[in-house]
Parts: sequence; structure tokens; C-alpha cells
Amino acid sequence: MRYPNDLPSPIQYLDASGALRHDLPANIDTKKLIRFYQTLVLIRIFDQKAVALQRTGQIGTYASCVGQEAIGVGIGEALKPTDIFVPYYRDVATQYLRGVALKETLLYWGGDERGNVYRGAAACDFPLCVPIATQVTHAAGIATAMKIRDQHDATLVTCGDGATSRGDFYESLNLAGVWQLPLVVVVNNNQWAISVPRTLQSAATTLADKAIAAGIEGIQVDGNDVCAVFDVVSYALRKARAGKGATLIEALSYRLGDHTTADDATRYRPVEEVNAAWQREPIRRLREYLHQQDHWNEAAEKKCLADCADTVQAAVDGYLATPPQAATDVLDYLFAELPMSLYGQRQQILDKAERLSLGGAHGKP
Amino acid sequence: MGSRESVAATNQTHIDKSENPAPMAATDITMVEAINLALARAMEQDENVVMLGEDIATNGGVFRATLGLKERFGYKRVMDTPLAEALIAGISVGMASQGLKPVAEIQFMGFMYAAIEHLVSHAARLRQRTRGRLHCPMVMRIPYGGGIHAPEHHSESMESMLAHVPGLRVVTASSPARAYGLLLAAIESPDPVIFLEPKRLYRISRQPVIDDGQALPLDVCFTLREGSDITLISWGAMIYETLQAADRLARENIHAEVIDVATLNPLDDDTILASIEKTGCCVVIEEAPKHCGFGAEISARIAEQGLYLLRAPVARVSGLDVPMPYFRQETLYMPDEGDIYQAVKKTLEQIT
Ligand SMILES: Cc1ncc(C[n+]2csc(CCOP(=O)(O)OP(=O)(O)O)c2C)c(N)n1
Ligand SMILES: [Mg+2]
Repeated sequence: MRYPNDLPSPIQYLDASGALRHDLPANIDTKKLIRFYQTLVLIRIFDQKAVALQRTGQIGTYASCVGQEAIGVGIGEALKPTDIFVPYYRDVATQYLRGVALKETLLYWGGDERGNVYRGAAACDFPLCVPIATQVTHAAGIATAMKIRDQHDATLVTCGDGATSRGDFYESLNLAGVWQLPLVVVVNNNQWAISVPRTLQSAATTLADKAIAAGIEGIQVDGNDVCAVFDVVSYALRKARAGKGATLIEALSYRLGDHTTADDATRYRPVEEVNAAWQREPIRRLREYLHQQDHWNEAAEKKCLADCADTVQAAVDGYLATPPQAATDVLDYLFAELPMSLYGQRQQILDKAERLSLGGAHGKP
Repeated sequence: MGSRESVAATNQTHIDKSENPAPMAATDITMVEAINLALARAMEQDENVVMLGEDIATNGGVFRATLGLKERFGYKRVMDTPLAEALIAGISVGMASQGLKPVAEIQFMGFMYAAIEHLVSHAARLRQRTRGRLHCPMVMRIPYGGGIHAPEHHSESMESMLAHVPGLRVVTASSPARAYGLLLAAIESPDPVIFLEPKRLYRISRQPVIDDGQALPLDVCFTLREGSDITLISWGAMIYETLQAADRLARENIHAEVIDVATLNPLDDDTILASIEKTGCCVVIEEAPKHCGFGAEISARIAEQGLYLLRAPVARVSGLDVPMPYFRQETLYMPDEGDIYQAVKKTLEQIT
């Protein structure tokens, strides 16, 4: 099986100016385009808010996804509830579409494990992964479980361009090839791994080329074109569910923000490069296109912005009003049943919580 | 490398150089600046010293420990690697075997695990299995520890995993001057050395350091404060809380001796036992989980060699036996001055 649309690489439908390069795939109608757009805007506004919350000490370090929202929205729209998603830390858009509430995302970055208690389609998804590339092996394991059980589902895992340098990444692709796993690996190639540029990460012409040695299909896609991401990921998931093997998708994008709020990217990359990348960001092109097609207007835009701001504010309010967890939660979820030998430490936790009079709502880490 | 005697003579600090005919001036700097100074000094003195890691060259390291080194010594000696910890450890073994002195940085201890295979299976035993034909004078610098509200996997204290490996030297510092002297010693050492950097102390204070290229010994504890009532034994960032507790106890006329273990492997039990001989009781303080933590090794040595010196049971203050909680509940995990104070009071009550 190969991606059916015979387009030049990287796959792109909507170019940076909002012009259509090729007819949109049949599964993308106006309603869907508008939904794409609304989610992109929501995530952009959420992301800005999260950075602001970090700056005012209301959450901890946060990894912004600004400029890479189309990857997350495209994936989230393509996944079915029965698929499993294995995220890394720039996937707030996909997680949101899987049913992870924005409030939960804030809890996670606010240093609270309850941010990993997912419902909805995400109920069996993994929590986001920080140790780079390790998640790709877990996704290969989930895909193996699906295959053993003859499920016609797929596993999708994301990682960054830097992650493609680790053994975990290669080992997983290799297995996916040799065992024909129902696995889709999407690389968010945002051109930087903290301060290390893509060129110092690999001499491969494209990261999608890394699929060749594993004997699986590799596709490079414009990660800032939500239509292209959606269609290519949908294709790869269909293929996986049909038992036709794994796909590596390299989504080309750009990290418009700092690596995280703990980073200062001006130390290592030219501002001209960032400014040029802003010209290719994912949201404006879709708005232009919707305007051209008369599917969008100023009033709709205004309403969309206001609705998104309300949704984000509600998430922030919910986060700030979340009561603290029980002090003993640090221990009580460790084993299925608390071993007798840890009861002493449990009491020690209670005593310490009392001594420090811990408590109070979120918002003051 | 300095000798045990030189440490004793300088009252366990690196600062007092009263016998030095032309003393160099001490400057007040942070621990991360002291590390940077030591790295620069080592690179200047020995062209075989090279640095490698993630974000260490152009960015100067995420904590800025290698700031300016690429500009000063060139990209061939200060290398940004691809993102791969197994690779960083493995190529360090290879480079070291050929006479280079690689100083690798692992960005955070939570990301060292892929590197461990090369430390355990190769770095630690290259000399032994080749009967000295090859050896592995590499240094791995690893920022570690919690208390800085970091994201998950950025706050662990897993030093006992490393201290358990025969053939690896494991060192940690608790002041800018000791970081400077111990890091120089680590780089000079012909053995593989893990240099653990308590990142909570990186910028906590400025203290005097003399940039004289003087290494400290890699096999002695430092007695930071003398006292005859109780021995407090700790290392790394917990020294900070331990000294705080000692201050509070002193106000109550309880005089604690404070020992910075500094070199976890090899361990200097002489200094520890000599102190317990004087005080008859001790509290071992560590940030790591208690179960199989390094404090267990120290306690066992005391039981083996000094049981009859004790007038009360050995007490341990440690982190909890849980993975480091996300930062909202970090304070429940982290041992603090109050925990140490309470353990001391309880120990003194038990004295027979
Ligand atoms: C195993 C491991 N090593 C190092 C780190 C520290 N670190 C966090 S993000 C990052 C760069 C990741 O770059 P990339 O894979 O391109 O993803 P991006 O952050 O750019 O989305 C590094 C080195 C880590 N989290 N895990
Ligand atoms: Mg990247």
C-alpha cells in the first residue's frame, strides 16, 4: 500500500499563502475545515495562556506548541476512539481532541498527577512522555498487543526530530517493519531539539528516509497544512488497521517558541529564521483559504476568538479551583495494594503534611 | 590529585591556603560558575580533555555549566551530540580508551538510564578485563536532585544505582570550592568518574573559590563542622539542610559534627567512624528513596565496624520510597531541616 495521491513530497494541499495546490481529499468538507480551524485557534489561545500562567508562577515549566498546532489537530481528527495515542509533550491539540480536558493539561504542567487521569477516547492512551523517544517502544508494544489480539485498530505515537537519533526510535521502526505492526510514528520535525538544529541531528536527507532501512513506508508532509496532515495520517491509520503495516510520517514544521518556558532561544537561533517561519505558520493559511471560499468572515472570526477565550478561561478557572490531592496520594497509587512495610512511611507523610500545614488550592506552586 | 593529609591540613576546605607563599585571590562565585571554571582550567591544562553532550556547545548547557567553552576551545573539543545518551556514554568509552579525557554531560539524571549499560558493562571494567592494557579515564557529569519545581523526570536522586557499580568512582560536591576541586580531580583521575552535580545548589549562594587548578582527593569525606554531641552524615544538596539543622541545634547547645561524604565510591569510612567514636550517635541524611539508598551502605558500615561506638541506633532521614512526585507534592517527598532536627532529637532521647 502506498499513499494514493500522487503528489510531490512533502505532501501539501494548502500552501503558506492559503492557496490550494491540489484538490482537497474527498474526506475534507467545509464543515471539517471549519472545525480544524476552530481547534487550531483554540489551541493557540490555550498555549499563549499556559505560557502566561507559567510566567506568573501559576504552573511550572511548559512546552509551547506554537506553530505546530496543525500536526496535533490533523492527528486528533484522524484517530478513532478505538485507536491508541502515545503522546510526547507537544501534543496538547491531539490530546484535547481525544477528550483530555484543557484543565487536565494545566494540572499536568501545574505539577499534579491528576492531569494524567484521562477520559473519553483517551481513556487507554498513555500519559505524555518526557524521556525522549522511549515512548516509541511502548507504542510498538501496544501495536503488538493489537496484532496478537487480531484487533483492527492502530497505535499512533509522536516524537520530535531530536528523538529520531535515539536507539528506541530505530529499534521500534525496525520491529514495526519485521512484525508488520499496526503502528504510525509521526515525527514533529520542528527543526530544533532545544539548541541543536536538525542539520546536526542527522545527515539523512529527510527524517522520513529513516523508514527505508526498517522496510516501512516513510512520508514527508507539510506539518503546517492541517489538511495534508489529516489526510496522510488518516491513510496511515487505515493501512495499519487493515494489517498492511507501519508508516513513518515526518511532519515538517517549526518551533516558533522557546523550547520550553525554561529556555531562551535567542541565545542560539537567529530571529530572522523565526520571522521567516512565522510566514508559514498553520493558522493564517487556513483562514485565508476559508475567506477566499466565502466560508468565513469577520463576524465568524470574532465569535470564534471570543468562544475560544471563554473555553480557555473556564479551563484556567477550573484548574485554579482544583482542591489539593490527599498527601498520601504520593504513596497510595504505587502498588495495587500498599505493602505492610510502607505503612510507616504513610504515617510519616501524614505527620509531615500536618507539620508543614500543606493545603490550599492550585495556583501557588 | 591532592592527598588526605592536605585536606586535613586545610581544615577540610579548599579556601584556606595560609601556607601558600603567594596566595591567589579567592572570588565569590556560584557552584555552576565553579564547575565552569574547573572545566576551563582542565581544558587549558590538558589538550586531551574534550566535552560532549546535548546542548553543551552553542547553548553552553541548559544550566550554563559549559558556557563559553566552545568559543574558547573550539567545536572539536566541545561537541553538541545528537540526542542519544547511550551514544554519549559509548563514544566516551571509545574516546577514553585512546587517551582522550572525555567529560560527558547527561542533561538530567532522569535521562541517564540508557547510558548505564556502557558505564556498568564497559567503562567500569575496561582496565580490569584487559589487565591494564586499556583504561577508561572518562568523566560523566550529571545534574541531579529535586526541590526546584522541575517537570517530571528532572528531579531524581539515583546515586546509589551508580555507587553500586564496582569500578566506577562516584563523587558529589556541596559547595562551589569542593565542586571546583573535586571536578578537577575527577578529570585528572585515570578511572571513570561520575560527577554528580546537586543542581539545587547551582545558584543558591556565592562562596569563595580560588582558581588555582588545585584538585581535591577523591577518597575522603569532608568534615564541614565539628561537634561532639552527634554526627550528621550527608552529601550533595542535603548538606544545605543539614547545616541549617546544625545551626538550629547549636542554638539549643547541641553541637553536631557535619560530614560531607563527597565520594560515595570509594567511601572513606575512617572519617565517619572517627566522628562516631567521638559522638556516639549519628543521623544519615539523603534525598534519595530510603530503600537501598546510599545511606543504607553507610549505616551498614557503621554497624559492621562501629556498633560498640554507638550509644543510640543509627537514624536515617531520606526521601520516600516512591518515584519523585510531580512538584505540587514535592515538599512531602523532600527531607527538610525539620525532618533532620526531629531525627536528631529522637536519637538523643534514645541515648543510653
Ligand atoms: C532521554 C532524554 N534526554 C534528554 C532529555 C532533555 N530534553 C528534553 S526535550 C529535548 C530536545 C527534544 O527535541 P525534539 O526531539 O526535536 O523534540 P522537540 O522538543 O523539539 O519537540 C531534550 C534534549 C529528555 N527529556 N530525555
Ligand atoms: Mg524538535
